[in-house]
Amino acid sequence: MARYVIARLASAFLTLVLVCVIAFALSAASSDTAISIAGSSASATDIAAVRVAYELDQPAWVRFFRWLIKTAHGDLGQSLQHRQPVSAMIAGRLSVTLALAAASLTLAVTLALPLGVIAAVYRGTLVDRAIVLAGLVGHATPTPVSAIALMIIFGLQLRWFPISGDESWRNYVMPAIVLGYYATPSLLRLTRAGMIEALASDYVRTARAYGLGRWSILVRHALRNALMPLLALCAVSFGAMLAGSIVVEQAFGLRGIGWLTYDATLRGDYPVLQAAVLVVATFYVALTLAADLCNAWLNPRIRYA
Amino acid sequence: MSGLVAVDLGRPRAWRRGLSRFLSVSGKSGLLIGGIVLVGISMTALLADWIAPHDPYAQDLTKRFVAPCWLEGSHPAHRLGTDGFGRDYLSRLIFGARVSLLIGLSVAAIAGGIGTVLGMISGYFGGKLDIAITFLISTRLSLPVILVVMAVLVVLGSTPTIVVVTLGLLLWEQVAVVLRTATQQVRQCDFVTAARLAGSSHGRIMLAEVLPNLLGPLAVVTTAVVADAILLEAALSFLGFGIQEPIPSWGLMLAKGREQILFETWLVALPGAALLALVFSICLVGDGLRDMLTPDAQ
Repeated sequence: MARYVIARLASAFLTLVLVCVIAFALSAASSDTAISIAGSSASATDIAAVRVAYELDQPAWVRFFRWLIKTAHGDLGQSLQHRQPVSAMIAGRLSVTLALAAASLTLAVTLALPLGVIAAVYRGTLVDRAIVLAGLVGHATPTPVSAIALMIIFGLQLRWFPISGDESWRNYVMPAIVLGYYATPSLLRLTRAGMIEALASDYVRTARAYGLGRWSILVRHALRNALMPLLALCAVSFGAMLAGSIVVEQAFGLRGIGWLTYDATLRGDYPVLQAAVLVVATFYVALTLAADLCNAWLNPRIRYA
Repeated sequence: MSGLVAVDLGRPRAWRRGLSRFLSVSGKSGLLIGGIVLVGISMTALLADWIAPHDPYAQDLTKRFVAPCWLEGSHPAHRLGTDGFGRDYLSRLIFGARVSLLIGLSVAAIAGGIGTVLGMISGYFGGKLDIAITFLISTRLSLPVILVVMAVLVVLGSTPTIVVVTLGLLLWEQVAVVLRTATQQVRQCDFVTAARLAGSSHGRIMLAEVLPNLLGPLAVVTTAVVADAILLEAALSFLGFGIQEPIPSWGLMLAKGREQILFETWLVALPGAALLALVFSICLVGDGLRDMLTPDAQ
């Protein structure tokens, strides 16, 4: 277990370092940072002064290490547009996106788990096929399309939910449905596949032979084993939602990280975009690490390996 | 009397069996339906120059927002109406199929190439190379694709070529993961050992012995990449960072139509339905291919 944990921690750390290099390269590639700071009407001497002031005249690797040390201390730089620390801007918006992702994931799991179990139990029947087909449609629906469809039906026709803003919980309903709908099919597939495998296994056959009840077999024996890979996928989905929420946040005017990033990208505010890439990637690495360690702890075959 | 009962009971069962067969995405009907729709959309894209009733770029500001033929205020020359610049909507939808498919296929070609090379090397040689490539895959997975693409597009500009190359350089990881596992399995086979004993080089074995056995999984995972690329392009264009005006992109048409959802719902419904039909047909074909190539796998 200790060896596994150390190896997994090391790989997570190295991944983060590589992500940092890529995030830095993304902003370093925008050669006109000095121009965008100084403004379009600035003279050549102004731009040169900005270059010195922001240390843009230093070689790239020097800037990278300075930037890395600052980032490690939680200083993500200054927003070019708002002239305030990026870390504060992100911290202010993070709760919106986290709430949205949590609501979406909850919705996706509450849909995918029972449907996946039902599909596996009634495998090959009409019910199973209908569920699999519904999952395929969900996977194929572009997020902008489902967002606009909900907006028209529940926002404009029925007027159940507001189509824009982030003042109350009602603003989160439609965005969470769109994001959750998109995440459901992969969870559904994995539940179904895991349950089919578990139901065909020796331990379920043994449990049946002992004459255990249907529910007991389904929940206590089969589902418990099918849940393990699901935990990892939940972590991955949650991480993916943090980035994927940009379309939903932009569509519904929900001002979280995605909206902030969208706005910053429109205005060429690279430090914000760079920080968003970094924060989302860090979340993803931390979540998958946690899921892997959880699985290792739950699974003796990894624990004692 | 017994005949009547048999009929009464038999009818719903026959209906259910028919419906079940129709819904059977895991059978061949999914592949067939998906294939027909996909071929239809592909032919439309290929023959766009001949099928489209108008030039998709031709503006006519005197004919803005002409309604489609099932609504009032339609015009016989524009069956599906016109957009805010008075451009024929049907023609733009037809040329939009070309944009979506071209982007999906080119991205899949780049991503498929990178993923195949990395996945095969990783699965065939194992050891340190495998660890390095697995690490690359997990790093790529931790990068938020849409944000990275946005950053690149803002720096380099949003031309279709840059959209395709950036997406291609990012979406290879699914291919690498699938081909790595498939290569590991093929590598155990006797014919690989035989080729090795016969003195074939690693490169020759990989090309002549291993690769032909990977074509099935490669085809399945490539369809998934095509679908993902089309969905991502639509999302990027919807946000305004992908394909730019005046190129007809379904994602961009959604974004423009969204500004009018209070009045003209059909402006978003048409490109939305087109996108859904295209991606759904690709998913059906991918699923059908997988079930056909791996009959016993679930």
